Amino acid sequence: MASPKAPVARPLSPHLQIYRPTLTMTMSIVHRITGAALYFGTLLLAWWLIAAAAGPNAFATVQGFMDGIVGRLILFGYTWALLHHLLGGVRHLIWDTCYGFGPRERELLTLAGLIGSVGLTVLIWILGYLTLGGAR
Amino acid sequence: MNDRTNLRTPLSRVRHLGSAHAGTGHFWRQRLTSVALIPLTIVFIAIVVALLGRNHAATAQILGSAPVAILMLLFVLTGIYHMWLGMQVIVEDYVHHELVKIVTLMANTFFCAALGIACVFAVLKLSFGV
Repeated sequence: MASPKAPVARPLSPHLQIYRPTLTMTMSIVHRITGAALYFGTLLLAWWLIAAAAGPNAFATVQGFMDGIVGRLILFGYTWALLHHLLGGVRHLIWDTCYGFGPRERELLTLAGLIGSVGLTVLIWILGYLTLGGAR
Repeated sequence: MNDRTNLRTPLSRVRHLGSAHAGTGHFWRQRLTSVALIPLTIVFIAIVVALLGRNHAATAQILGSAPVAILMLLFVLTGIYHMWLGMQVIVEDYVHHELVKIVTLMANTFFCAALGIACVFAVLKLSFGV
């Protein structure tokens, strides 16, 4: 048996900073970031539900916050994060079945997720403002 | 597999749960909840858009109606379970100090449990009107 020696500095496997950033890699990281953002964004959903259950005064406070510029910005970000994470999740489910890994497919799927999330966010907000214009 | 140097018992191999005794359960529940969340998220967005600009009485009545309340409960419970699993993976990937990791994982569970109970309580209160 070899006698114990001082640890040898063995080569480590390369980490993120050594690779050129690619679209799939960036969107994978964004998927995790949007997931973490939604984790804390769920506090907004809880606040809204609890306020609705608590009564008109608490509900008015939430609505006042959401009507403000900060509330609107947070809500817009939440909408995009939700849709981006949703579409990213669908992409990862497709990849789980071992489809869509080709050099063209994987880029197209990832780009479709990005364009889709931005497009759907804008579409939902247009719908939202149309609803607001009608029902108030 | 049957040589005498393998310390794993035949029963352990049959259960194929690996050395952590958990197998692929975490991976599977993450996928199961994500599939469920595809339709539930679309329904959730539709509910929120439909409720925009309505006053408290109308919002409370719609949120408390049986179909909307059931869909909201499904969305909230599946979503919070999904994010509990997801945050656990993030913590296990980036927090390497053992004590900090255990405390953070506990905090994740407490946060998700409290948030889940609060949301469910609110929806049930709207629905039962007490």
